[in-house]
Order: sequence, then structure tokens, then C-alpha cells
Amino acid sequence: MEPTDIKDPEYFHKVVDCQYACPAHTPVPEYIRLIAQEKYDEAYMVNWDSNVFPGILGRTCDRPCEPACRRGRVEEEPVAICRLKRVAADNKGDVKKLMPQGPFAPNGKKIALVGAGPASLTVSRDLAPLGYEIHLFDEQKLGGGFMRSQIPSFRLPETVLNEEVNYILDLGIHTHFNHFVSSLKELLSKDYDAIFIGTGAPKGRDLPDMPGRIEGDANIHIGINWLASVAFEHTQKIGKKVIVLGGGNTAMDCCRTARRLGGEEVKVVVRSPFAEMKASPWEKEDAQHEDIPIIDNHVPKMFVVEDGILKGMTFEKVKAVMENGKRKLIPTGEPDVFIEADDVLVAIGQENSFPWLERDQGVEFDKWNMPIVDEKTFVSTNPKVFFGGDAAWGPKNVITAVAHGHQAAISIDLHCRNEELTKRPSPFVNLVSQKMGMHEWAYESEVVNDIRYIVPQADKKVTLHDRKKEVELGFSKLEGYKEAQRCLNCDVQTVFSESKCIECDACMDICPTSCISFVNNEETETDLRAVLKMPAKNLTQDIYVSEPLKTNRVMVKDEDVCLHCGLCAERCPTSAWDMQKFFYNVTKAHSGCHSTK
Amino acid sequence: MTYLRPKFRHPELPKNNLGYSVDYYEGSLSTLCAGCGHDSISAGIIQAAYELDIEPHRLAKLSGIGCSSKTPAYFLSNSHGFNSVHGRMPSVATGANMANRDLIYLGVSGDGDSASIGMGQFVHVIRRNLNMVYIVMNNGCYGLTKGQDSATADSGSKNKSGHVNLFQSIDLASLAIELGATFVAQSFSGDKSQLVPLIKAAMNHPGFAFINVISPCVTFNNNPGSTKSYDFVREHMEATSTFDFVPEMAEITTSYSEGSQKSVKLHDGTFLQFHKIAQDWDPEDRISAINAVQNAKLKNEILTGLLYINPEPVDLHEMINTSLRPLNSLTKEDLCPGSEVLKSINKDWR
Repeated sequence: MEPTDIKDPEYFHKVVDCQYACPAHTPVPEYIRLIAQEKYDEAYMVNWDSNVFPGILGRTCDRPCEPACRRGRVEEEPVAICRLKRVAADNKGDVKKLMPQGPFAPNGKKIALVGAGPASLTVSRDLAPLGYEIHLFDEQKLGGGFMRSQIPSFRLPETVLNEEVNYILDLGIHTHFNHFVSSLKELLSKDYDAIFIGTGAPKGRDLPDMPGRIEGDANIHIGINWLASVAFEHTQKIGKKVIVLGGGNTAMDCCRTARRLGGEEVKVVVRSPFAEMKASPWEKEDAQHEDIPIIDNHVPKMFVVEDGILKGMTFEKVKAVMENGKRKLIPTGEPDVFIEADDVLVAIGQENSFPWLERDQGVEFDKWNMPIVDEKTFVSTNPKVFFGGDAAWGPKNVITAVAHGHQAAISIDLHCRNEELTKRPSPFVNLVSQKMGMHEWAYESEVVNDIRYIVPQADKKVTLHDRKKEVELGFSKLEGYKEAQRCLNCDVQTVFSESKCIECDACMDICPTSCISFVNNEETETDLRAVLKMPAKNLTQDIYVSEPLKTNRVMVKDEDVCLHCGLCAERCPTSAWDMQKFFYNVTKAHSGCHSTK
Repeated sequence: MTYLRPKFRHPELPKNNLGYSVDYYEGSLSTLCAGCGHDSISAGIIQAAYELDIEPHRLAKLSGIGCSSKTPAYFLSNSHGFNSVHGRMPSVATGANMANRDLIYLGVSGDGDSASIGMGQFVHVIRRNLNMVYIVMNNGCYGLTKGQDSATADSGSKNKSGHVNLFQSIDLASLAIELGATFVAQSFSGDKSQLVPLIKAAMNHPGFAFINVISPCVTFNNNPGSTKSYDFVREHMEATSTFDFVPEMAEITTSYSEGSQKSVKLHDGTFLQFHKIAQDWDPEDRISAINAVQNAKLKNEILTGLLYINPEPVDLHEMINTSLRPLNSLTKEDLCPGSEVLKSINKDWR
């Protein structure tokens, strides 16, 4: 197998599993170390630069980083990355002075952003410091988009949301709230240099053809609309018996909100088996903790309406079977189940909807009625119109919307400067030795054995009676420190120099997780993976192969379960191994684009 | 700063027949210099004990004084251990072995501990054919006292300060063969593929099993001109054979070409399989073994691998007809069988 090219920044980037998995590639270990050092402002700013909403995401992120966390491969649970982010946000001081300070010298370009959700806000933040005149439109009275309308206050307090939205609006954004953009044509006719569409996936799925749907309409609500109505305080209460249909995170938010609005017997009913539900495991747990049963393998059959009043729903019991490699739900043949309900919340998914977007404005749509958007540049078939967030490819999550926003901002900037959109800026990378002495490193290399700390929660006697009372209390500083110490510092890379190696085997002998082997090279990666001290079976993780050594063998390191403990480098007599901190940061429009001029 | 080894191990670490993974045979973190050959030998011992399914409490590790003699702290933490006086490990091992023949005795020593201060003990334990494994971690210098030439430093070898050794070296392997050791091997710390099977075979040998392992001292004796440096040993290593310890004999179906393949049947039905490289050498023939070592020396080569084996040794217990059971298992009835037995003994003398 060919030697590994460690000069390609993507090689080491991939070793930092959490950062690699994060759509916005937040430098996770970097900010976790800062938290451990009580440098909360700095930790917050590392986050703010990458993911724009540390306080919001520290409470609500879908956490793609955590399943990727290497700690989860050597013990039970990954590092509580998401909730550590909140520790930085909760304990920071005045960070506003560390942010770009307006007013910014205008560059003469004008941009319209439709929808004031995370994608548009990210574009605003990245472009405002460059002098763009930014006009942000939203039909609601405040910015934040679905972060405001769909995430209940007991998960995300309004103060946190307002603070982080305002950091951006205060950069001199022209807001047009309570303003529903009803025509792209009209927008295009104005003198905007570019238009960004971040309108999300605003249409909740319904069960229009189900018997009883029309008759029971007064008590049947579309989940996302109902949540928005609660958030803007149009809806204050719900019936005592509530059925929530659906198994995603919206269903979990619906059922927990219903509990706070007077729902005493709230049940979640879902078609699929419990384990296959789309909701994050921790959200399911939180719902169950609030005495909400989750009834799985029940397919809704009809709304039961008597004398014009909704009485409940009947369900068919099913089981999941594998057929031709596909999972199918088949009826068990048991009698249908009737569940009483005063109200039903339908949270079975949401989709995109562009009723205001005329189809003759150069923005082409595909056969699924979705706009055709370039995956790298986020431009539509109209070179002036860009998409991002859920509006681009359907519902995902906040962090994905932020990642889209960064890239769209770069594209808009390139477009406005008449440059090619494909000339993307390179990431900022740095690789620095951490060696301080014989057994001393500039990072804490000791691997602690602590298991994951649990985030304390407020008493449900209190939280269930106050819709705005936040359930999670967040880690204390001390708990935050301890949890931060669980991080394995995967960004501190093991860097090998062939010319210094004397093949004494010390690194191979000391490595606690048997990652290092000295073997004869093989033709293919598959063959080489098989002959290592511990066969490298996790194909999602790379192996690091050296140039041939003096004995013609090669050093092969399986990155899979490396603890980054630094013992290989400590036991190396010639410093052929070194621990080097790898910093990788996605270049944003405001920080580096212009250097490519 | 850390001297701690994380407790996490590879999640798929295999287990041996006792249900232990290799980490059960580890010791505490070594405090030897980074890159010390001794650490590789420790790793080899751990691997061999793991592969042989040795219950750690069935093994006693003994040592004297020196860098080498520190290593028992770094392997087999769950085994018995005795860190004795400088050069006196053989007598402690003899006493322990006489008292309890059921344990596996693993003596670890260095070139100073065996070839200088402990020479007297070393030669006599061989003469008596005590059932033990005796590993010398041989780096040709006194590492613990800043690298003075030891008695195994080759004549003409240059040390770190540029000083050339004027004296003849003691060849421990030749000496062991000469004195009648029933298992003699030589190896290199940087070649685990050879070392681990040798340790396994030695642990299985029911007599005195000696392994002289060249183990470079990275701090004081790994310089150009040294004959015990990583580079020199790698360039001048010549193996008698490649070598397999076969614990359970599968039927040998391959046909041997004359003189290149050999298998030696051992006392307990296990086998050693050789794929010979050295000419005119037979592992069961002492004369040929001594010749092979000396011939290699003439060619400035270091002969490694198994040099000599007597597959049916007579160990000290057998020679002096000791109790078949460990002394600690003998009861009062065994030791004082009563007046009837005394009478019958006395009767024999009348």
C-alpha cells in the first residue's frame, strides 16, 4: 500500500472524528480544552466562529459529533460534546467585544435574505463585516426561524435565542419582520445583487385522506404549526387526552409541550418499532421521563368523531419484518386498538413549499418539486439566487443550516465580486508540536476513566407547570471540567518521521490499544489491514502507513481506537513520533475569502 | 505529564483459553529509558505467557539487580515475584524451585548480573540443571551506572564516549552449552517473531532453559562502532533456523528436504519445528551447536535462534529425587508418618 500523505489536511481532519462529523466542522477538542481551562470566552468564540449559535446548539443540536466521538469506541458513551458547548455559553463574559465591530464600510452591494432562520442569519453574519447591505425578511415578528417557532422554550429559553440572534442583527442588518415575501419576481426586480433563500421546510405533513380528518378538524393540529402557535402565544391550552402521531423530534417537542398546556394523558403513537424512531434517543428519554408513553408499531387507521366531536383514533397493530432486504410493516392480525383523545397532534414530517416562488424566474425545480441547487456552491439555476438550510434539500437540522450558510455566504461574496463560485477558499490549517519535555506535553495527555456525566434537570413538578421553565440545568463549572477531561484530544495528532525511527518496537509495545504495527507492506490496503497486530476492521477509519523503514518494513497505525495519550511519543527514543496539535478551521467569507484575490 | 498507562484496551482484544486477554499479563509502566530493548523483551514475555495460557499465579519471576532486573515490575503483575540481591537470583530461584516444583520459574538477569557479579551463581545453576527459564537481557554495558563496558562487551566494540573495549567478551550462550544447559538460545530484542516462540519453548522445557537476548542500550550503547546497537545487530544477525513451537502436534504432512527441516519431539508430546538455515548444524548435537556459534563469530555474525536442545533433560528434582509435591502441600502425616513407619525403616537397617 502507498504511504499516507499527511500533507493533505483532510487526512488529519478525518482523525478528529467529532469535527469531521460536524457539518460546520467546529474545532471541538480545541474548545473543550478551553472549557477545561475555564477560558469560556475563548471557547465560546471558537464555537461562534464555526457554528454561530453556541448557546442554542449547546441545548438543541442534533449532535452528529457524538456518535462519531472516538470515546464511544473505547467505552460506553461519547463525550457530552453538545452540553459542554452550553458550559461555554453559560459561563462566558462579555463576548460581544470579541465579535466584529460595526459599522462596516459599505462595499456597495445589496443582498436580500428570505427567511430569518439559522441559514440566513449565518449568511448575514459572514457577509455583514464585508460591508454588504443585508436585508433580512421574515413573516414572523422576530428572527430565529424554526429555532423560535419549533423548539419549545423549556428546551431553549427565549433569552438565549434572542441574545444569539441579536449578536447578528446588531451587525447592522436591515430587518423586515412581519413581512411575508410573496413573490420572487418582485424581489428580483429590485436592485439586489444576490438573493438567498432560507425559508426552511415550512409545511407539516397531514393525513388528508384519513376517515374523520375533516369532521374532527377542530381538534386535529399539524405539529409544527401548533408549536409555532404556542411559541407566539396564540395557543394557550390543549385537551386532557392527547395523541401525538409521529416518531421524530417534532413529535417529542409536541408531546412535551402538550404536557405543559394541560395534557394529562399524552401518548405518542408511532408506526415503526421504538428502536427505529427518528427522534434522538435523549429526546425520547426526556419524553418518557415526563410520563409520556411511546406506543410503537401502531398505524393510524381513522379519527373517531362522534356528534362532531373528536373522541379518539383507531390504530392497526403491525410488526416489522424484513422482506427482500427492505423493512416492511405488516399487520399482526390482532384487533384494532382505540385510543381516546381530545386533541391529536400530527407530527409525521415536514416538507418544502415555495408557493411564492414563480417558476419562470430562472430557478428550476426537479421532479420532486425541489429547487435544483449546486451541492458545493448552493447556487440555483439562477446565478443570483442561492439556497441553504432546509430550503435547499429538505429538513435536516440547525447545524446543517449553519454549514450551508457559511458556504452560501462564500458563494454570494464570490458572485458579487464576479469570481468563479468553484474557487473555494482552502481551510485554515496548522500543525504544531506539543512537546515540552521528556514526559510533558502542552495538552493534558492523561486519559481519565470517568464515565459520562449526566446533565442535571429541574424537578418535573416545576417544569411541567411552566412552559418556559428550562428543563436541563446544564453542567456546573466543575462538572463541565470533569466532562471536558473525558475528551481524548483527537486533534493532537501522532505524527511519524520515518528517517528517525530505529525500529526498537517501543511504541508498539506501549500502545494501550494496539494501534501500532511494524510489518512487511502488502499490495492492497485490505491485505495490510489484516496483518496488523490488531486487524484494522473499522473501514471508516484510515490506517496511517509510513515510507519503508531500514528493515524494509513499514509502520502502520490504525487510527480507529488511538487514545492520543502520547505514550508512543514518550517511549520513542528518537522522537520519530511526535504529538502535534492539528487545527483545522473552515474558512468563512469574512475571514479569508479575499486573500484569494 | 503522564507516567500512567490508560486503562482502555483495544475493544476486540482476543482472549486465550483461560479467558484472559493479553492485558491481564501486563505489569506497571516501565521506567526504563525510552526505546530500551528490555521493554521489547518484557513485551515478548507477556505475549508468550498469554499465548501459552499460563495462569499468572502458576509463575514466579525472579531477578537480581540492574536495568534488566527491574523489568519483572513491568510484566506479569499477577504473578509471584522476587527481586533478589545482585547476581544472586539463581540461588533464590533454586530455593524456591526446591520448595515448590509446580511453578514455572522465570529468571531475568542482565550481563552484569550474570556475567560479572553473578558468574559464580550462573554457572552452578546450569550445572544443576534447575528447571527454570533464564533470560539474560544483554546490552554489553552497565546501563544503570552510565554505560561502562560489561563483561559481554565484544573486544573492539566502541562505546558512546569513543572508548574501545580491549578485553575479550564472555559468550554466555557458548558457556551455557559447555556447562550442559539443556536448552540454549540466542535472540534479539528487536525481533519478536523469533523471540516469542523461543520464550514459549523455553517455558515448556523441563530443565534449564537459557536465552541470551541482545538488547540494545539506547542511551549508552547504541552508537556507531558498538556491536550491540540496533543497526549492528540487525546487519549481523544470522539465524540458525526459523522456528516454531507447536504445542499440539498436528500430523506433519509436508515432506522435508534433507537437512533443511527438522522437528524435535519433546517430553510432553509437543514438538519443535525447525526450518534450518545454518549448515552442518543439528539442534540436538552440542558439538555442532558450539561449532555453529564459533563459526558465526569468526564471520563477525551473531547466531540467533535455538542453538541447542536436549529434548529429554534430567532436572535437579529428578537427579536428587525430591518430593513430588510442593513442600507447602505436605501435611503433618506426610512428614511424621508415625512410629509404625519408623519401625519399618529401622527394620530395613537391621
